Amino acid sequence: MSAEDTPKDYSESPINLEYFYTAGSATTRFLNQVKEGNIVGQGCPKCKAVYVPPRGSCPRCGVATDIEVPLTDKGCIESFTVVHIPIPGNPIVPPYVCAMIRLDGANISFLHLIQDVDIENIRIGMRIQAVWKPKEEWTHSLENIKWFAPIDEPDVDVATLRFQES
Amino acid sequence: MSDSKDLLRAPFELAYNYKRSNGPVMSKFFDALGEQKILGTKSSTGKVFSPAAEFDPDTHESLNDMVEVGPGGSVESFSWIEAPQNHHLIKEPFAFALIKLDGADSSMLHMIADCNEADLSIGTRVTAAWSETTTKRITDIKFFTLEK
Repeated sequence: MSAEDTPKDYSESPINLEYFYTAGSATTRFLNQVKEGNIVGQGCPKCKAVYVPPRGSCPRCGVATDIEVPLTDKGCIESFTVVHIPIPGNPIVPPYVCAMIRLDGANISFLHLIQDVDIENIRIGMRIQAVWKPKEEWTHSLENIKWFAPIDEPDVDVATLRFQES
Repeated sequence: MSDSKDLLRAPFELAYNYKRSNGPVMSKFFDALGEQKILGTKSSTGKVFSPAAEFDPDTHESLNDMVEVGPGGSVESFSWIEAPQNHHLIKEPFAFALIKLDGADSSMLHMIADCNEADLSIGTRVTAAWSETTTKRITDIKFFTLEK
């Protein structure tokens, strides 16, 4: 392309979307507990699978997950990504670790941050525990957990993380 | 199901800026808007597309023959917005409309303001009203108004 054809070719294209998020009854129950520092999953009455965060129904059985299952804030790393590339607007300085966290007693995992970890040493099955913000900062959000950090416990056998037919 | 009044509800805002490259054809279209001119691209079959198209959807040829169209045109279809919301650029009732500009064979999606719903029908004549400041964006056309 000649210099003539390469004018100030870029234009700003701002995108802005404002919306209201309405939590359903299952998420409302879950987040009301999170605000108190409790992680309460919901269990399927049929296959007994425990979902955290819960969405209100069991996708396998198609029934409401109306059993409340209190969980601890301990679990293991189910999978992880080490992020080396900075994302504009993201205050976290690379390298950092995003991981799928499988809490003890849960059948599914959720995405959160891992910190206080030697990146060379991170692995699937590694035991971790939530690091909470000060209580006075707690809101209806999983951001009440600053991140998860490794704890000195033996790794979880990876085979136990695989899908189990119950 | 609990009462819906007990459900948690929170406002969210998803916003980000990015720059897009307009490319050689659309750059000419946007540059012309900055000079209060509306351009289209003309294909070998004589069809004129405005907003400028980079390719002819029928013949698939690439287009770069720029021709001036408008600023008048006629309403092809419209949707009246009686109660504009926050994200709308016009705060009074207005219409989103497909406007076929004079000299063009395709139509442009834009807004029609300064009129009543009853003033509009398919075929109504409108003309571009320009923004006070130009930014070489489609919003340099502030909206279309009824042709006097």
